[in-house]
Formats: sequence, structure tokens, C-alpha cells
Amino acid sequence: MSTATTHDAHHEHPTGLKRWLFTTNHKDIGTLYLWFSFIMLLIGGAMAMLIRAELFEPGLQFFEPRFFNTLTTMHGLIMVFGAIMPAMVGLANWQIPMMIGAPDMALPRMNNWSFWILPFAGTLLLSTLFMKGGGPAFGWTFYAPLSTTFAPQSTDFFIFAVHMLGLSSIMGSINIIATVLNMRAPGMTLMKMPLFVWTWLITAFLLIAVMPVLAGAVTMMLTDRHFGTSFFSAAGGGDPVLFQHVFWFFGHPEVYIMILPAFGVISEIIPTFSRKKLFGYSSMVYATASIAFLSFLVWAHHMFTTGIPVAGELYFMYATIMISVPTAVKVFNWTATMWRGSLTFETPMLWAVAFVFLFTIGGFSGLMLGVAPADMQYQDTYFVVAHFHYVLVTGALFAIIAAAYYWLPKWTGHMYDERLGKIHFWWSVISVNVLFFPQHFLGLAGMPRRIPDYALQFADWNMVSSIGGFAFGLAQIFFLYIVIRTIQGGKQASAQVWEGAEGLEWTVPSPAPYHTFETAPGIIK
Amino acid sequence: MFAKKLRLALTGLWGAAILVGAGNAFAGFGDLNMTPGVTDISHRVYDLHMLIFEICVVICCGVFAVLIYSIINHRKSKGAKPASFHESTTIEIIWTTIPFLILVGMAVPATRTLLALEDTRHSDMSIKITGYQWKWKYDYLDDGISFFSTLATPREQIENKQAKGENYLMEVDNPVVVPIHKKIRFLVTSNDVIHSWWVPALGWKQDAVPGYVNDAWAEINEPGTYRGRCAELCGKDHGFMPIVLVAKTEEDYKAWVAEQKASEAKAAAASSQKMTKEELMANGDKVYHKICAACHQPTGQGIPGVFPALAGSKLVNGPVAGHLDIVLHGKPGTAMQAFGEQLSAADIASVITYERNSFGNHTGDLVQPADISAAK
Repeated sequence: MSTATTHDAHHEHPTGLKRWLFTTNHKDIGTLYLWFSFIMLLIGGAMAMLIRAELFEPGLQFFEPRFFNTLTTMHGLIMVFGAIMPAMVGLANWQIPMMIGAPDMALPRMNNWSFWILPFAGTLLLSTLFMKGGGPAFGWTFYAPLSTTFAPQSTDFFIFAVHMLGLSSIMGSINIIATVLNMRAPGMTLMKMPLFVWTWLITAFLLIAVMPVLAGAVTMMLTDRHFGTSFFSAAGGGDPVLFQHVFWFFGHPEVYIMILPAFGVISEIIPTFSRKKLFGYSSMVYATASIAFLSFLVWAHHMFTTGIPVAGELYFMYATIMISVPTAVKVFNWTATMWRGSLTFETPMLWAVAFVFLFTIGGFSGLMLGVAPADMQYQDTYFVVAHFHYVLVTGALFAIIAAAYYWLPKWTGHMYDERLGKIHFWWSVISVNVLFFPQHFLGLAGMPRRIPDYALQFADWNMVSSIGGFAFGLAQIFFLYIVIRTIQGGKQASAQVWEGAEGLEWTVPSPAPYHTFETAPGIIK
Repeated sequence: MFAKKLRLALTGLWGAAILVGAGNAFAGFGDLNMTPGVTDISHRVYDLHMLIFEICVVICCGVFAVLIYSIINHRKSKGAKPASFHESTTIEIIWTTIPFLILVGMAVPATRTLLALEDTRHSDMSIKITGYQWKWKYDYLDDGISFFSTLATPREQIENKQAKGENYLMEVDNPVVVPIHKKIRFLVTSNDVIHSWWVPALGWKQDAVPGYVNDAWAEINEPGTYRGRCAELCGKDHGFMPIVLVAKTEEDYKAWVAEQKASEAKAAAASSQKMTKEELMANGDKVYHKICAACHQPTGQGIPGVFPALAGSKLVNGPVAGHLDIVLHGKPGTAMQAFGEQLSAADIASVITYERNSFGNHTGDLVQPADISAAK
């Protein structure tokens, strides 16, 4: 600890605002990413609260339908691009160098830039809310021609914001790939890397592959809107369904971009608290790679009702349900890791176990959605809403929260309050199910998504769902309180932190010094 | 080992039974499941849905049972010592192969159902469905009938100023009427953005995409009224474009067709008659609030930046010809549709008269149905 402090003094790294603005330190940048994503989670969450308030009862309560559509659109965009993705990058920044024994990320200056694009992109996106004609109101999937010919003027700002977000993601991924491939400690072969590093390496390749596709989609929108092209306009010889093909060619890998690092987190936490090695390490790596590969081949399962040819429907159905094989392998491996372990249930483990249960439910509803003839009924209903919230909230978000509890002692040097952490967990896990489980019923009974008002038959479960939503939202404010308390103080954490923890990050003191592994750790067996 | 597996399987089934039981107990709390529908295909879709659901529940319960067993019994606090196993190629191969085989088993009925669902050949009649922001148009290609269908729920109920009716947001002015026991081919397209035509009782939804004509079919077994709605986000009033489908016996359907033809002839005759200012204004008020107010707002103020105001508008207060032109032909590239094909001459004449003499506009112009017919 003391050697680290004296070392830092040499550099006289700037303090205050300048430290954060000019930092090239992976830990600082990781912290920035994590705080940015937390703020975005609260903003996107506030929008979700407004949506649930409007849907509490039938009839129009608070908002005009147009603004309601803006809320669902912005909620989706902010949660996907502002909360989940940056949080995963934040975890990568903090953890990957420490887990592979590298002194920092491979490209520290670019790292600074990839982060600092984000607040500007986020502000640009949010500023559309205050523009003439209102913000984007065409759903986070922005299907043409609703997003081209029929969209408000602010759509151009949305397009630019998406370009910036894509730029940030691509630079972040290049950095992660360069770091993982070049800066591992001696002896750490690829197949000895922690699974979190593996999942991020694969995710980074996915990002580089698909973010340019998204950029292409929004650029075509821009030229359709202003430069007389007709990519997506049937009247000019274009094709509105082409938009959906391009969007989902990005969009489907995108959902794995959000969930693969979550798999990595869970694969770190479960062995630690089971005091037992991860079961089937190599099969986990292969399963992750297969999921990533398959994710490029299934995009049109989002489009079963658009009138694609029946041969296409059959192919996309088969390819889609195949994804459940590697996903099932992952769940089985986690289960086998816990089997005959020596389990304890500190807060990170509680979140991780909840992840396994609830992600499995989301995975099964995903399998149901993949079955094309049944999807003719499910498509665009609350069943879909329930499905992707099970995989993204109780999946990706739960993994991020689990990771935060797991590594907070390493980041801050303080143990969080275990009792408060457990309250936060039980409060969240109960309310999140009250929030999303009834949405399966609503969807099956025929409630479409993205509507501000509904028929009376849907009233009861919507009210239940809203109550769950408010409780879940409040729980995350409580999480903010726990995090701030942990930063300010708490029991001093040891270097090892968790009894069963293994890996290089647990060999450095807590809090991790500003610079770690300036000399590579000894040869990894 | 086998006994253990069997026990797991039973635990799974028991879990499924609880779920189904809970479902029945809560049936009063709204609907919980997909409708089996009223066509053979919708029943097949429902059966497929239940089959996959049951397979999922059984596997889910099996996995959860192992997890829960482990959570309860393999705790450190119970003195559990960690085992050292962490790899087994055999096990990995087994639990890759078994899910794969289950999926193949699921794909077989799914493929059969899909092929039947998509087979629109040999239909008895065709109805073309066109999505508009925010209404549906039905063209009966064999019987020569054509009409629009819009939400009938009064604005006051939506704004909570009036008690909501039983069919709140599920009622329309002109339902689409079809005969039972006929294979009806639906041709689905759109005039503006993408919509999706969905009546759950038929077992499918079909996107209405501008520039495409998609098809789907239904052969309804029981007479009745079946309600559905637009399923694809199509702008501001996406939540307010329901579908009401009325299935009638062959004779009742024929009677309905005759009735429709008679009323269309009556409307055509009305278009040559002269109307008084009072008649024009009263009818215009009705048409405006049904058709135009969705965008231009009940007050005629529009929504700045999105939908232009009519109050004080240059176009509305300018020459009649310009006003007529935009109402009849719309404005390409905007939400302003060509109403010439949608509304009768009498309705267009009334609404133009109404717009030119309301919201503080005082042109004093009267537009007659004959003017519209002449301009078309």
C-alpha cells in the first residue's frame, strides 16, 4: 500500500476536474464509465417510472400518446446504449488489466476519448426531448418509414448521437482486443484467462462487427430524410423491410453484446462463493463463441410477421432455437459448479444465483419466441417485453449489480454493508418479478407493446406490474445509497476479500493502487 | 442414478402442476394465456404454444430443483466441503446432445404448423386490408365493397371524463364482416408506415408494409365478434386503431353485402345534392373530430413542429382550390393523407366548410359536394 502511494506521488497526476478529464488510467476511466452508466440508469429508470405511471390505469392519465412514445423510445435507447453497455465497458476497464496482470489498457489515450464521447452523445440524445416537435417517438428499433418520412426534426440529432455512441463502442472494443491479445502476464495462455476476459474479448469482436452496420442504417436514414435517396421508401423504389434486415443484423448480436459479459461476471462469482473451480471451463469458452457466431445468423427471427418467405422463416426458426443449446450448456455448467460446492451467500452470490434462475426464465421465453408459428401470436406483445426484460434486467443488470458488490471492496478498499446489500437484493428480486412476470400474461392475453392506453381486460395485471415497477425503481436509489456509503467508509477489505476468490486481481491490495502490475506478475501456472 | 432422475422429473411435473393450478385459481384476474382462437390453425398454434411451454416448464423445474437442492444442502454452514471435480467431456456431450434432440422434436410440429399457416392457396374470397395512420381500410375484392374502419370509443372515455364502456378501445364504427366456413385470403398492405393487423382469435398477425402486399388466411368455424388491434408501432395513435371482425353465416353475410351496397349507392346520390350551411357545419364538425382532430387537434391548433395548425392557417384562409387540393390529394412525404379516396364528397365538402369557418377562421365560404366531385 505505502509503496503504491509513494509511487503515485512521482507522477503528480492532476487532481480535481482535470484528473478526470485528462486521465488515461484504466481505473479512473472504469470509474467514469460506471458512474455515467449509473446516472443513465437513473434517467432511463425515471422514464420507466413515468411509463408505468401512465399504464397504472386504463385511460390517458398524464401524457399525450406522442410523448408516451417518446418515453418508450428514449427509455430503450438510454438503457441499452447509456446504461448496460457503458457499465459493461466500465467493468472491463477496471477488471481486465488487473485480471490479466497488465499495467493498463493497451491504448490509454484512446480509452480516454472513448469515454468522453459518451456524455456528449448522451446529452445530445436527451436534448431532443426539448426540441420543437418532440424527441424521437418511433421506438428504440426506429423502423422506417416511421423514423424517416414521418419522424420529427429532432431525429437528425438522434442519428448523430447514435454515430457518436457507435464510435465510442468501436474504440472501446479495439482497446479491449489489443489489451487482451498483447498484454497478458507471462504464462497466461488464452485458455487460462478468466472467463470474464474471454466473454469480453468475444463481445469486443461482436461490437466491431456490428456497430458499423448500425452506423450504416442511421446514415441511410439520414440520406433518405435529407438527400433524396429512397433506401427505405417503397415510393422511390426502396424497401422498408430492408431497414429491419439491416437493423436486426446489428440488433441481434447487440443483445449478446449486452449479455455475454454478464455471463463472464456470473462465471467469476459462482466459483468464488462455491469454493470450487468453474465446471467445464473450456466448454464455457466454446459455448460463448458459438453463441456469438450464431448471433449473426438469426436476425430475421425479429421479423417473422413482416412477410418474409416461408423458407426464410423455417431457416431462421431452426437457427434461433439452436442458440438455446450453448445457452443451456452455460446454465448446466453453473449448476454443476454449485453442485457439491461449499456455498455461502454473500450479496454478490445472491445476485448471481438470482441471475441463473431468472435468466433461465428469460431464455425459455426466448425459445418460445423463436418458434415461428407461435411467434405470429407473441410478436410485438408484452410477452416480448417480459422476455427481454428478463434477459436484460434480471440478466444483464443483475450481473452488473452482482459485479459491483463483488468488486466494490477491491475498488474502494471498504466492505459494503452486508445487511443493506441483502435488503437491496430481496427488495429488488421480489419487486422485479412483480414487475415483469405479469407482463407474460398481458402479452399472451393480447396486449401489444408501445401503447399508452389499453382495453379493460388488461387493467388488473398492469396495475400489479406498475406497483412492482415503482418498488424496483426505488430499490435502485437504495443501491446508490449503499454504494456511496461504501465509498465513504466501511470495514477495511483485505487483498483477498472473498475466501474462495482466485485470480490476479485478488493479489493486489484493496483498494487497488492507482498503478498495478507495472512489472508483470510471476509466471502463471 | 435412475431413481434420482425420476425424482427430478416428478419434481418438474409437480412444479408444472402448481403453475397450471395457480393459473386456474387466478382466472378471475384477467386472462393469463393465449386464446385457442376460432380457426383450425389458431388451435394448432395454441397447441404448439402449450407444448413448448410445457417442455420449458419441465426442463426449468428440473434445473431449478438441482439448483435448489444444492443451495439447501451444499452450504458451507452445513459443513459442506467442496468437491474437486470441474470437468467432464462426457457430461458436456450429454447435455449438449439432449437439448439438441429436444429441439429437433419441437421443430417437427412447428414446421408443420408453419407450412399450414402460410398456405394461402385455394381461397374462396379475398379481402384487401390497408393500414392508414390510424385506421384500417377493407376492400372486398370479390363483392366490390370498400370502407374504412376507425375507433368508435368516444374521446371523453379516453380522457377519463366518462365511464369506460365494456369494449373500451376495442370498438369500431364499421367492423369487417366475413362469412364462416370459407377460406378467406387477407391481402395486407399499408398506405403510410408499417402497421400490423392482428386478431388473436385467428392465430396470427400480419405486418402491413407500404410497398408490399402480404397475405394470410383464415377459415372461421364459429359466428361471433372477434376483437384485435394494430400490433406494430405506427405513430401517435398506434394504441387507438382496433380491429373488430364479425363472422356471420353465409346467409347473414349475403344480406350484409346487399345492405352495404345499398348504403354506398345512397351516399353516392347524396354527393350531387346541395347542402345548407347548417348541414355542412354539423356534418363537418363530426367528420373533423373523427378524422382530422387526431393530428390537427380538436382545437385546430395542431402540434407545433409536427402537425400544422388550421387556426389562422394561410392555406385554410386562402383560395378554396388550394384547400381542396391538399384534402383531396394529401401532401406526399407527410402524415397528410389523400382523403379524396377515403371520404364521400359530402363529407369532404362539409369538413372543408367547417375548417374554413371554425377556430377563428371566417372565410364564409360554403363548399358543396358537387364542387368536390368536380375537383376529383
